[in-house]
Amino acid sequence: MLKTVDIQSLSLSRGERVLFHGLSVRLPAGEAVALTGANGAGKTSLLRAVAGFIRPDAGTITFSGGPNAGPGLDGETLEPETARRDGVHLLGHLEGLKPTRTARQEFDFQTAWLGGTGAAREAAVARLSLKPLLDLETRKLSAGQKRRLSLARLIAAPRALWLLDEPLAPLDERWRTVAAELMTAHLASGGMILAAVHDPLPVPARNLDLGGLA
Amino acid sequence: MRAVRVLFGRELSLAWGGGGGPLLACGFMLCLTAILPLAAGGDPRVLAPAASGASWMALALASLLSLERLFERDLEDGALDLLALGPLPLEATVAIKAVAQWLATGLPLALAAPVAALALGQPAHLIGLTALAAAIGGLGFAFTGALGAALALGARRGGLLIAVVVLPLFIPPVVFGAGALTRAANGQDPASALALLAAYVLFAMVIAPVAGAAAIRNAQG
Repeated sequence: MLKTVDIQSLSLSRGERVLFHGLSVRLPAGEAVALTGANGAGKTSLLRAVAGFIRPDAGTITFSGGPNAGPGLDGETLEPETARRDGVHLLGHLEGLKPTRTARQEFDFQTAWLGGTGAAREAAVARLSLKPLLDLETRKLSAGQKRRLSLARLIAAPRALWLLDEPLAPLDERWRTVAAELMTAHLASGGMILAAVHDPLPVPARNLDLGGLA
Repeated sequence: MRAVRVLFGRELSLAWGGGGGPLLACGFMLCLTAILPLAAGGDPRVLAPAASGASWMALALASLLSLERLFERDLEDGALDLLALGPLPLEATVAIKAVAQWLATGLPLALAAPVAALALGQPAHLIGLTALAAAIGGLGFAFTGALGAALALGARRGGLLIAVVVLPLFIPPVVFGAGALTRAANGQDPASALALLAAYVLFAMVIAPVAGAAAIRNAQG
């Protein structure tokens, strides 16, 4: 079980452009970090680096946890591949939905693939009121409805680290409140959140500013 | 394993549903077969000796059709990120997608291949061998095709690039597969050519998932 993420003097670049140098941040269980910064400052790239999709130029991303982890104890360092495969959720701009498949087919696949159990899936569907949407093809869903489907995936397949890219952007007031409750519950159960945002996160979070364009 | 079953089910349903992948490939193959007599003339003395070769060429070209769908759509809509964060290593994901591709297009094409060969004048007793060789070769097409599809990820006009990358890799199975049929038609034992075909397929099954996964990681970064 993933308990802590430790990013040490990380440098990232995209093509020729250096996004940031020597970024360090520690994310222990139960805490959230809000990434802010101008468009193109590297918020999404940082999330993707933590998810393992972008190789950093320098620095390390360490995942730790395991049975010996507890208050004040990081536990063992985990093998990054393993830690990502059972401990990381990424919610990006793209929801990964196939336009011609029904929301139910896609939700069932995504949650089963990410390790969700039957009961948790039922609960997630109820929590985000997805019942009336499930039989629609996903191309008929609005951006906000797609995002609700993705939020349901986060709670249907419990994973410790949530990497969220503008999680609230397409949601209306009502669902922003629900999303905030989900995040609060996730943190209370020892989860971690690293979120790229322009508006403040609706949960207590440390702010990490990546600044403007380098 | 549950994850294997879950992914396999999705891939099969994506390949069969929406756009009729297998029917399209079979239809394309039969169209190619119908064009040959029009181009080369209807003389059975010309067509019959070329029947095995022509059906293998049609098989190789028809196997290209749905490759673009294999990874490109998943990259475009973000599903590839989800697949990478799943319980299986990317290598296994590539292998599962290739096997599903074989089931959805390779096997239907293997059933259509004897029809095409027969129509061009191949002796009727070779029907079974034609289907068998096409089924084995189709597995090789699926794996090398998956490798090509992964290498072409993110390139504009990726579909054309896939064809250019993959067709050279399709040459050995075409040589061995058509060779097996020619040997059988001449009364020789086709086993040696089939064994070489199977060896190439096994080689592709080992290399393609590893190389394909590396190409996908590169495209994701």
